[in-house]
Amino acid sequence: MRTFKIGGVHPQDNKQFSAHQPITECPLPKQAIIPLVQHIGAPTQAVVKEGDKVKVGELLAKAGGFVSANICSPVSGTVTKIGEWTDAWGAPGQAIFIDVQGDEWLPEIDRTPDIIRQCTLEPKAIIDKIAAAGIVGLGGACFPTHVKLLPPPGKKAEVLIVNGVECEPYLTCDHQLMLEHGEELIIGIQILKKALGVDRAIIGIENNKKDAIEHMTKLANASLGIEVMPLKLRYPQGGEKQLIDACIGRQVPSGALPIEVGAVVDNVATIYAVYEAVQKNKPLISRVMTVTGKHVAKPGNYSVRFGTPIEEVIALAGGVPANTGKIIGGGPMMGRAMDHVEGMPANKRLSGLLFLSQEESIRPEEENCIRCGKCVQACPMGLEPYLLQRLNELGMYDELEKHDVMDCIDCGCCVYTCPAHRRLLDGIRPGKAKVGAILRERAANK
Amino acid sequence: MKSFIVAPAPHVHGNDSVRRNMLLVILALMPAYCVSVYEFGWGALITAAISVCACVLTEWLISRYLLKEQKQTIGDLSAVLTGLLLAFNLPSNIEWWIVLIGAIVAIGVGKMSFGGLGQNPFNPALVGRVFLLISFPVQMTTWPIGKGFETSYLDAETGATPLYYLKHIVKSGDSSVLDQLPALKDAFFGFMGGSLGEISALALIIGGIILICCRVITWHIPVSIIATVALFAACTGWAGALPEGMTTCNYIGYELLSGGLMLGAFFMATDYVTSPMTAWGKIIFGIGIGFIMMVIRTWGAYPEGMSFAILIMNACVPLLNKFRPQRFGEKRK
Repeated sequence: MRTFKIGGVHPQDNKQFSAHQPITECPLPKQAIIPLVQHIGAPTQAVVKEGDKVKVGELLAKAGGFVSANICSPVSGTVTKIGEWTDAWGAPGQAIFIDVQGDEWLPEIDRTPDIIRQCTLEPKAIIDKIAAAGIVGLGGACFPTHVKLLPPPGKKAEVLIVNGVECEPYLTCDHQLMLEHGEELIIGIQILKKALGVDRAIIGIENNKKDAIEHMTKLANASLGIEVMPLKLRYPQGGEKQLIDACIGRQVPSGALPIEVGAVVDNVATIYAVYEAVQKNKPLISRVMTVTGKHVAKPGNYSVRFGTPIEEVIALAGGVPANTGKIIGGGPMMGRAMDHVEGMPANKRLSGLLFLSQEESIRPEEENCIRCGKCVQACPMGLEPYLLQRLNELGMYDELEKHDVMDCIDCGCCVYTCPAHRRLLDGIRPGKAKVGAILRERAANK
Repeated sequence: MKSFIVAPAPHVHGNDSVRRNMLLVILALMPAYCVSVYEFGWGALITAAISVCACVLTEWLISRYLLKEQKQTIGDLSAVLTGLLLAFNLPSNIEWWIVLIGAIVAIGVGKMSFGGLGQNPFNPALVGRVFLLISFPVQMTTWPIGKGFETSYLDAETGATPLYYLKHIVKSGDSSVLDQLPALKDAFFGFMGGSLGEISALALIIGGIILICCRVITWHIPVSIIATVALFAACTGWAGALPEGMTTCNYIGYELLSGGLMLGAFFMATDYVTSPMTAWGKIIFGIGIGFIMMVIRTWGAYPEGMSFAILIMNACVPLLNKFRPQRFGEKRK
């Protein structure tokens, strides 16, 4: 069975808590909070004003540039406020507040459960529809999807790689999506293949989801030019570069995009959103979130409209467990620990909520580096984490740049594996930020 | 508003720890230790006990009273391991106070003077051993003949190791001492003279394989050392330096199975702190050790050169760490 070639670790997957829990609809909130930045790239500009009535699917904020994504209203009601808002990590931003009234959708959106198989649109029209729907990569990076579908001049896509890996421990939303909406995913893949002009698609799924592999293989066999590739369980296989390496054996060079080796990667959740946007005219207004943890009463996979305060999703899962130490937005390897949950809405970026108990939340105490080199063995980018951390400590940013700190993908393998429990990434992240700033400055001066 | 714990990712950690690694190395040394107890009886038990206790005590005293550390590090078992490795490198009938001096030098000079675990450039157990070898050359080079618990601790019958004869044979071409060499089979199982823990190649290889399987060490260092030694020995044979009655194959066998080679290759050279971080660094490190050791064994003043070879290559580690791992997406020239 295939996998990526350099580094990687093997954390306990802990998916048993929420695996195979059917996707459950989360009820509509009384008030929806829609942050104006839910993607990588330029911020959006609000096109509604206070007092406006909006329907589900109506444009709330338009993309602020090429690398940006529209935000459509996930609820119907009245815009009460557009202004300051603070996220669960304490970062300030702008958000649109909507008082929810009823559930009135734009008439062109097809809300029937019928599966629509035929797509006669031209590639250009497909990409426009995806852009209008505000679709971003739902695997975690939130990069606007339509940008990926328009390769820069001179570059040609050869293969579409579908990310069904879900290598983060605990998370099961993509797994469940493949089980429940496999047919729609196959249609979505065909649509994207058409938009890209490629005749080959590979769905990469890790071997711990055998039922999904079986189900998708059956569906893929009935369709043209789609193959399912079971992958050996290994973190961070869901990383774009690692997945391309695992599926087609090509390594994207440092600093380059996947298109350099002819690949475009999209997550299954993104592809489901593409299907809904192109075939059902439904913009990206909801996503499946996994709410899980050892002590969560009803862990599961919930379909949540954006803007819904996460407290309501948590209530569905049985509330915050009594001994909770950390609440993590996302998975345990790369997710961010939230300071609080109040006022934090579901949004395009949030793939799950993980509750860790007090005991699970304590980081083990740091000891002296014993120079075992296990971080070097574990690094999937072939870097030397012990050295990068040390160079940052010494403020040697030139050296950091020379040792390719910018290639670090933040996966956390080095910290996970370190026997001395050293918090290498705590040093590498600021070093990367600093070198990034130096590089930008240098480019600006040129 | 209830606040929760905020810390950067990752939020889970593997079960690896310094202590676990040290413990696994100690366990992997046990097969070889059992052979030594079987061969050398009380000598093996007493020497190892003194060495381990002295190492742990030295680390604790220095850290408590000289460095005035709040937190003691003896719990990570690295001092226990140093003590055990030092004992493995000593003759089993050596006087107790020599062991004590060795342990104090190993931990005090070899490790704590640099700031404790992770900071020392040289393998502490070997620093201790080489200090003793230079200070007490007679006691350090007379090895008891193993007779189990019948071997008395101090007045054991002693004899030279195969390496002594081997050197004599290669240097002088004198084949009259050939019959002094143990059978290769005995050398493999450990029925011959030598330092406390180095005699049984089989037991050491078993321990080494345990370490590789448990991912405590990688194959790079042991394999490159052993391959280099075998190649060097083969070249000696092909160059016609061996006397009548000694085939190249036999000679390779003796070089591989005698002296501290297996102990050094699997347990001493692979010491985390004093070996390189990257695969290529480790391979060159291993080749260097194998080569230097064979040079000392063939032309040097001592019959055995493993300790010196490892210490010399330890000094090269900062340089060897310049060998980068292969970056993702990088094409090798």
